Amino acid sequence: MNFIYEIKEGLRIAFNAIRANKLRSVLTTLGIVIGIVSVTMMATAIEGVDRKFQESASAFGANVLYVQKFPWVGHDDWSIYRNRRDISLKIAEDIQQHATLIEAVAANVMTVRPTQYEDRNMKNAFITGTTDQYIYASGTTLADGRFFSQEESNGGRPVCVIGANVYENLFPNQDPIGKFVKVGSLPYQIIGVLEKQGGLFGIFTSDNRVYIPLKSFMNQFGSKRNVTINVAAKKGADIEDVKEELRGVVRKSRGLKPSDADDFNINEQELLVTTFSGFTAVIAAVGFFITGLSLFVGGIGIMNIMFVSVTERTKEIGIRKAIGAKRRTILIQFLIESSIICLLGGLLGLMISYPLSLLADKILPTAMPLSIVGIAILISLAVGVISGFLPAYRASRLNPVDALRYE
Amino acid sequence: MEIIKLQQIKKYYDMGGAEEVHALRGIDLSIGQNEYVAIMGPSGSGKSTLMNIIGCLDTPTSGLYEFNKVNVSQMNDDQLAKIRNKEIGFVFQTFNLLARSNALHNVELPLIYAGINKTERRRLAMQALEQVGLADRMMHKPNELSGGQRQRVAIARALVTHPSIILADEPTGNLDTKTGDEIMMLFEEIHKKGNTIILVTHEEYIAEHAKRIIRLRDGLIEVDEIVNHRKILNDVK
Repeated sequence: MNFIYEIKEGLRIAFNAIRANKLRSVLTTLGIVIGIVSVTMMATAIEGVDRKFQESASAFGANVLYVQKFPWVGHDDWSIYRNRRDISLKIAEDIQQHATLIEAVAANVMTVRPTQYEDRNMKNAFITGTTDQYIYASGTTLADGRFFSQEESNGGRPVCVIGANVYENLFPNQDPIGKFVKVGSLPYQIIGVLEKQGGLFGIFTSDNRVYIPLKSFMNQFGSKRNVTINVAAKKGADIEDVKEELRGVVRKSRGLKPSDADDFNINEQELLVTTFSGFTAVIAAVGFFITGLSLFVGGIGIMNIMFVSVTERTKEIGIRKAIGAKRRTILIQFLIESSIICLLGGLLGLMISYPLSLLADKILPTAMPLSIVGIAILISLAVGVISGFLPAYRASRLNPVDALRYE
Repeated sequence: MEIIKLQQIKKYYDMGGAEEVHALRGIDLSIGQNEYVAIMGPSGSGKSTLMNIIGCLDTPTSGLYEFNKVNVSQMNDDQLAKIRNKEIGFVFQTFNLLARSNALHNVELPLIYAGINKTERRRLAMQALEQVGLADRMMHKPNELSGGQRQRVAIARALVTHPSIILADEPTGNLDTKTGDEIMMLFEEIHKKGNTIILVTHEEYIAEHAKRIIRLRDGLIEVDEIVNHRKILNDVK
């Protein structure tokens, strides 16, 4: 019971003291306000980058595995990968035949060719040759029209599906469906337009691509090419199992001996996510360290002013001790005061950074994570307790006789 | 019944270096219930030191101090704080009220530290303020009260825990003669209600209100006399 009354009395004293020294309290808490604003804004920015990345990564498709010659993320000497044999179309056929845990397989090849419509030209369009299965084995979705059919795919028909950027560049304010674009030197009729993917991996996404049937591609640009094989895992299948099965199939198809290392990579979105979260973790650590410094400085300001406060109120401490305040009581009193100042600073900081985060949302889609609100409040409390401790401890140890005599 | 018992109480202050000030050089003193004692002496006689020790604000360098039969001479800070809170009511020369709190809260303060609940606290504090004639000033802050009224608040604060002793250190020192007399009348009243009062003063006419006068000189008790009969009870010399 004692303890509750002591805390209540501590709160009362704290609010009285803050009210009595309004300007000083505001100036003191400014350090905490700035600290909390910078920490929360940092968190908001990281959240934004993270979201952007998640969104970008989803362009690769969550359940899609990519059988490729090169890994997406590698730490080894790239010559190892360069010297590997190309991935051939035969492997895609073997996967189609032997793998059981898969939904769809789509081999695809890519080249860069100018693409034009009337007088409009896109120099660096990525021309992708693939099969009708591609739409099921990638992160792309149609915005308009359709993807090519099996017949068109097998027959090597001159049809194409274009990415969002291609559409925007070549057909401003026009419906592209049914129009003919010139890919390299040949015309292709547009049958579909893909949804915009955006994100950080501009060149890898479908936005700058023109998809044509694989057979048409081979006829036009030659067939000796390194192939990427997109494999969609069966719904509900464990992605690791799918990967393992796929690995076996590809190894067999490649004729590898059990002692040979894989001479291909199975890439997936997850890989990018993992790698990227490593980056964000480092950015976050550095960012929070730097913004944390401002909180630290704010904390020193609080400590300083609490020392002043203790000295000013030596007499009051003496009185309280004379009529029965224990060391703990005095300690709690000053800890509460510094915590309240910091807490108010924290809340003020949040009140400032919340509108700022809305503003930031306009540039980089983000939102202040709810957890950071809680964390910010906890941090400001902690700063209050830590920076208030030394002054409070000193106050609690004051000798009542000396304190009473203090003028 | 004996409330305070001091045996060979000595207090030395280390003044740095080899110098040592002997503020108290062996005090033997016993104060019983419902006594009204004045402690007198010139400055430097050790009366402040003695008061601090009796008030459990300070501990003696050596000697035995029993408060209600409990040895308090070697207690730690927090144990002493508890004794001060429950057993001792202080009245200071400079009132020592909390400037930012009103009279009622000032009187409630010791009860807060004693862990009394709010309703009971209110009731006791109001009762104490009524007892000192300040029923209509409860919500006033110290700076809205006269010196005499402030000292009455302080007395109410001292009384509110029903302590074993009231320890008043020059309670009229900051008051004019008339107000001082009023305060002394109040002490008289309090004493009649059965309280034990120890008064520290250097004013002869203030000390005369007490029933027993103890005179200190150079850290020793010089005279200990009963006032009513004007008879020397114990001459240490």
